[in-house]
Amino acid sequence: MYSQGLTAATVADDADPMAEAFQARIDAEQKIEPNDWMPEPYRRTLLRQISQHAHSEVVGMLPEGNWITRAPTLKRKAALLAKVQDEGGHGLYLYAAAETLGASREEMVEQLLTGRAKYSSIFNYPTLTWADIGAIGWLVDGAAIMNQIALCRCSYGPYARAMIRVCREESFHQRQGYEIMLTLCRGTPEQRAMAQDALDRWWWPSLMMFGPSDDASQHSDASMRWKIKRFTNDGLRQKFVDATVPQARYLGLTVPDPELRFDEPSGHWRFGAIDWAEFRRVLAGDGPCNRERLAARREAHADGAWVREAALAHAAKQRGEKRP
Amino acid sequence: MTEQPTPLWEVFIRPRNGLTHRHVGSVHAADATLALAAARDVYTRRGEGLSVWVVPSAAITASDPAERGMLFEPTESKIYRHPTFYEVPDEVGHM
Amino acid sequence: MATTTSITVREIPLVGLLLRRADDALVLGHRLSEWCGHAPVLEEELALANLALDLIGQARALYAFAADAEGGQHGEDDFAYLRDARQFRNLLLLEQPNGDFAATIVRQLLYSAFIDPWWHLAARSSEPRFAEIAAKAEKESAYHLRHAADWLLRLGDGTAESHRRAQAALEWLWPYTGELFEPEAPDLVAASVCPDPPALREAWQGTVFPLLAEATLSRPADGWMQTGGRAGRHSEHLGHLLSELQYLQRSYPGAQW
Repeated sequence: MYSQGLTAATVADDADPMAEAFQARIDAEQKIEPNDWMPEPYRRTLLRQISQHAHSEVVGMLPEGNWITRAPTLKRKAALLAKVQDEGGHGLYLYAAAETLGASREEMVEQLLTGRAKYSSIFNYPTLTWADIGAIGWLVDGAAIMNQIALCRCSYGPYARAMIRVCREESFHQRQGYEIMLTLCRGTPEQRAMAQDALDRWWWPSLMMFGPSDDASQHSDASMRWKIKRFTNDGLRQKFVDATVPQARYLGLTVPDPELRFDEPSGHWRFGAIDWAEFRRVLAGDGPCNRERLAARREAHADGAWVREAALAHAAKQRGEKRP
Repeated sequence: MTEQPTPLWEVFIRPRNGLTHRHVGSVHAADATLALAAARDVYTRRGEGLSVWVVPSAAITASDPAERGMLFEPTESKIYRHPTFYEVPDEVGHM
Repeated sequence: MATTTSITVREIPLVGLLLRRADDALVLGHRLSEWCGHAPVLEEELALANLALDLIGQARALYAFAADAEGGQHGEDDFAYLRDARQFRNLLLLEQPNGDFAATIVRQLLYSAFIDPWWHLAARSSEPRFAEIAAKAEKESAYHLRHAADWLLRLGDGTAESHRRAQAALEWLWPYTGELFEPEAPDLVAASVCPDPPALREAWQGTVFPLLAEATLSRPADGWMQTGGRAGRHSEHLGHLLSELQYLQRSYPGAQW
């Protein structure tokens, strides 16, 4: 899913002729492939961005996974399980893409579990009702799709190709979420209230997914120049709001922003101030579920160690038996 | 405690109506059997595959991108290897 | 006015058969879905989810058929969400908690080694719709069996710890294997609607016993076999499982989801 706002690209040494040739390829919309020469900052930035994107997918399985056993119909149960499975798969594609840049899966997982690597802070919020599952599919996946479509044109080949695959699979995720919201809004008064409550809690965190405001965001220049990042944070955020507000109105729900109003001349929905203090707080570790999410991942990893070891031990035995 | 790494395998899938296997990504697995199962579970969930190959990543030898010019550019000028270089009158029929 | 949200089912023979197999699939699928986000490795997350999705799909097909066979008063979700624990007809083996990965794999192996040959025979059912469901389910259970067998081998013949865990799981779950072979309704067997489970015992042993040996695991002795699932007398685990599964429908009676 989404990791914008978590990485910082540093400037390359442009006097280098190799760097010039590299930049020329990027400007010509050519793809950079594994083992191609690349400036070290490009490689580091990409590795961080791709691996954090992968971590986000894997951690993202937890808030939605929380409702699989309580999904209210068999159809919803299967759809949610398939969606969460897709997210695991996306994590896998992204770890694979990151590994082409020289890191191993084990190293990247270690960084996540020790807290050195970040993941999208949206997943540090709890899923309190079934309506949260609808809200996540509609808003969180909606925001992610916007970013992922942009990344399909990223300069690094393996990342771009992983994004194309992800986008193809993602198409049902947002529809599934919106359909849940629609069903609730057409349901009982309690269900409508449940839907409104979910929107109230997930709206602002979804806007924060696009990262800090452009004027507050440093180091974007190199990412843009290297075509790792194709659009500005504010640009994508505005696009998301413009697409989503009409969807909320169709549901008969109220977006929890008293300052929200349509600006006729520009054709955009203007919205109120984002609480960036909350964003920084959650990013720093004080969100509602940060500790639970990391604890769950650590536990799964630790509990699974003997399984991974057993598989390797068995493989080693097989190789040993084949030797004369 | 450092854990022993699980080997990396590259995955190639030939789709239902396809003729050749295409590289789709990679998986981690301790051995070939688990690698094949992982490839099937990860990369064929939407009916993409009719045939799956897994190859240990370490077994693949790739051409050096820096030698791209030496290896591949000479072939670009030898267009007489392509059928479109030759003109055959339409009356002769398909060739 | 209803005093409970639970439904009453007209358990004519065909409905009984379908509910037995549907409940098996649903309960096991639900158990496997509990691994989501907690599997030992990312590749296995996807594998376990695939198993769960196959089983939930089978449950839906079987419940839908049961709904029609019963006369159309109920839908697939009514059977899954509005029957109480005493009305469920699944095997005790399948409602056991996941335990560790070894226990999950052992449970899967013991069940799949039975259900795969059973579906294979059921694909010749005199009841066409059941034959169709069976044919599709058999392809899925064949893969489930292979996956479980591959892992059982690696756990049994892996490290000392994995061997210990696999053996412990085997000892714990063995008393639930007898129930696999309890006879089906005689009328249905006689009418070739479904195969009779006792007939599958030899095939099951032919799969399980050599596999255990190859995995260097000891086959537990056949002691008393637990029973009761087919009659709605379950372990304490099913009640908790259904509390979670059915929570929303029970809390908001009549709502659409």
